[in-house]
Amino acid sequence: MMDIAQVVEDTAAKLLKIAATKLPSEVKEALIQDEKDTEGSLGKSQLKAINENVNLAETFTKPMCQDTGLVSFFVKIGDKFPIKSEVKTALIKATEKATEKVPLRPNAVDMFEGNTKNNVGLRGYVPWFYFDLVEGDKCEIIAMPKGGGSSNVGKMKMVPPGKGIKGVKEFVVEAVAAAGPLACPPYTVGVGVGGGEDMCMNLAKKALLRPLYQYHEDENIASIEKELKHILNKLEIGAMGLGEGTSVFDVHMEFAARHPASLPVGVVISCWALRHAGATIDREGNVEFHPH
Amino acid sequence: MEYHLTTPIPLEELRKIKIGDVVYITGTIVTARDEAHLKALELHKEGKQPPVDFQGIGLFHCGPVMKKNEQGEWTVIAAGPTTSARMEIFQDEFIKTFHPGLIIGKGGMGARTTKACQEENCIYGYFTGGAALLAADRIKKVIDVFWYEELGMPECLWVYEVEEFGPLTVTIDSHGGNLTAESIKNIEANKEKILQEL
Repeated sequence: MMDIAQVVEDTAAKLLKIAATKLPSEVKEALIQDEKDTEGSLGKSQLKAINENVNLAETFTKPMCQDTGLVSFFVKIGDKFPIKSEVKTALIKATEKATEKVPLRPNAVDMFEGNTKNNVGLRGYVPWFYFDLVEGDKCEIIAMPKGGGSSNVGKMKMVPPGKGIKGVKEFVVEAVAAAGPLACPPYTVGVGVGGGEDMCMNLAKKALLRPLYQYHEDENIASIEKELKHILNKLEIGAMGLGEGTSVFDVHMEFAARHPASLPVGVVISCWALRHAGATIDREGNVEFHPH
Repeated sequence: MEYHLTTPIPLEELRKIKIGDVVYITGTIVTARDEAHLKALELHKEGKQPPVDFQGIGLFHCGPVMKKNEQGEWTVIAAGPTTSARMEIFQDEFIKTFHPGLIIGKGGMGARTTKACQEENCIYGYFTGGAALLAADRIKKVIDVFWYEELGMPECLWVYEVEEFGPLTVTIDSHGGNLTAESIKNIEANKEKILQEL
């Protein structure tokens, strides 16, 4: 009998390794194209270094950035998938294992006890899980490590609803301008609108998982994404914030219904190293890694 | 201009360098982030000295990924720069107290650090953010580690011997110049224009 919890653990550890060492192909291509297109020597040299570094990471299977991030998993569990809460235990074990084997930098710091040295929090919550229950007999896991530098520029605002969509756009512009050179641009920007003060941030982070240049299926939302991408590049942040090259590769938005009195907007920014990797496991324990 | 510096970096060398120049450093660099800055300054206030003499060497804003090899020796896996702006709150005091020659980081630093660099002859070099393997490649030896048990891998002091570590784009020089401050000014002006046109 296949030990399905072990399959989940091994798969998740592998996903953390892939995410840390290999960029999704469309992100890699965007960075190569940006190096070609950037004319100023200051920006071009930054992009050249980034691309050389990405190649080294892939060739030697080493983490592309020393900040291997705080670990989170997006998980969809099918009704007929044989294990449920054990998935959680397996993902925690996978995080410990990947920390040692890849290796990942130990990034879970307890406020009172210090660094836990294994990327697992002493009080739960880290790694962080986004669970969803779905039909079927499969389990989909996406590993998303996110660096501290780019998390530090994330922002949330309760916009007065009277300001409408213009208020949303203004806040996104302000948030990305404030990030400026701080969080390793060129950026990809996730925006969550609606829900509550917590939900908008979750949606913004989830929006980053959508492949670059794939716009929202709702045309109303897609047109705002395109408009924001266009105007954010007018900020002229450039590669590593030195003013030359692309500022923002893409903007992805997710909308939820909002309370009549609230218009929550969350902005989550990814550095150039937009890292995630996914796989789907069926009830027999067969693993299919997503195209990367 | 391109400069190849060796630690301890002589003052007259530092004075020659201007914003936009590219430098490479050979010699000793020491990693220090938030916690290490705080601890070193606290020790100094108590009349004690930190275990490393920072005078004229490279101070690297970095929390690396390190691993022990089979012989039990530390090796560098990945070692790119961290966001320097977090250190802005105590970098000036650190420069005045310990006199490093070159600060290495990413994202740039603010007015307080710029002033301290001018007064104490220090410069700030920008290493491409996230380029952790390019950086690790230029680290030739792990000389020592301090405060590992107390502060953990990212926050402790790693003492490295480096060869031609760079390229580092100088964004703060010892003459009051700050390249990222200029970039931020431009971003802010563009933002105001965008908001008006929305």
